[in-house]
Amino acid sequence: MLGLSGRELTSRLILGTGGAANLRVLEEAVVASGTELVTVALRRIDPAALGTGLLDVLDRCGVSVLPNTAGCYTATDAVTVAHLAREAFGTDWVKLEVIGDERTLLPDAVELVAAAEKLVADGFTVLPYTSDDPVLARRLADLGCAAVMPAGAPIGSGLGISNPHHIALIREAVRVPVILDAGIGTASDAALAMELGCDGVLLASAVTRAREPARMARAMRLAVEAGWLARSAGRIPKRFHALPSTVDDGRPEL
Amino acid sequence: MNVTVNGRPATMAEGATVADVVCDLTGSTDPRGVAVARGGAVVPRSDWSGTALAEGDRIEVLTATQGG
Repeated sequence: MLGLSGRELTSRLILGTGGAANLRVLEEAVVASGTELVTVALRRIDPAALGTGLLDVLDRCGVSVLPNTAGCYTATDAVTVAHLAREAFGTDWVKLEVIGDERTLLPDAVELVAAAEKLVADGFTVLPYTSDDPVLARRLADLGCAAVMPAGAPIGSGLGISNPHHIALIREAVRVPVILDAGIGTASDAALAMELGCDGVLLASAVTRAREPARMARAMRLAVEAGWLARSAGRIPKRFHALPSTVDDGRPEL
Repeated sequence: MNVTVNGRPATMAEGATVADVVCDLTGSTDPRGVAVARGGAVVPRSDWSGTALAEGDRIEVLTATQGG
């Protein structure tokens, strides 16, 4: 169970919906992923696309909506979008994104902290997309964020976890859940995130842009579970030389 | 009265409200998953029908779309 702001989620995988070719593909991926929480963005309504029913699909899947503030570059914009999302979806949960650079889509730490402070004060459950900086993660946790969500690598890059040590340090630095968000390319990346001590993984492109999204969604589901089990099972220490797994006693002299 | 709706110029009748803009776009007075900003400020759903438009208003009508 992933405890987030008083809610218990059975799945430790959060799925982003961006990048899916169509809603049918998305629905199959959501179902295969086993997720209970799915991100959506807020954009201008397109009268031509009315009734295409993203929210209906997510309802049918029985998942909750986690709105994001994607595309915001300032704290002011992100706070406004969070409030609009609360109006639109009736949830005070928000995946807070305040982007600082359009090439890397990495967060602007100063604006992110300012937006998080305001939204926490406004009663939101704030889940901030942050960089893999342990100090920034601690600041976000200290100011009342419900989790911290460090990037493994830039959004959509599929590079995996560039700095595993920092992810492990973030795990040590905060008591709130750590959810690896962004950069996942394949199942082993998601498993590694969990083995490093993350409480969950948020990914989108790795599934939605895979050749077979539903198949990859299932891979991610299993990887997150496997990584979590491996972490909690307590792995053996690494050593430089072999340690026989078969006893020497009773070995025949031939 | 000339206003801007989602970045496009629109002409609304005198006395029109935010609710009229929403209805024009969605065909519903109470559409699901929709939020409105007027001049960059949130207009709560409960205020849509009571918020009269003014000349030059910038209205954003937003809804859920796929996104990470």
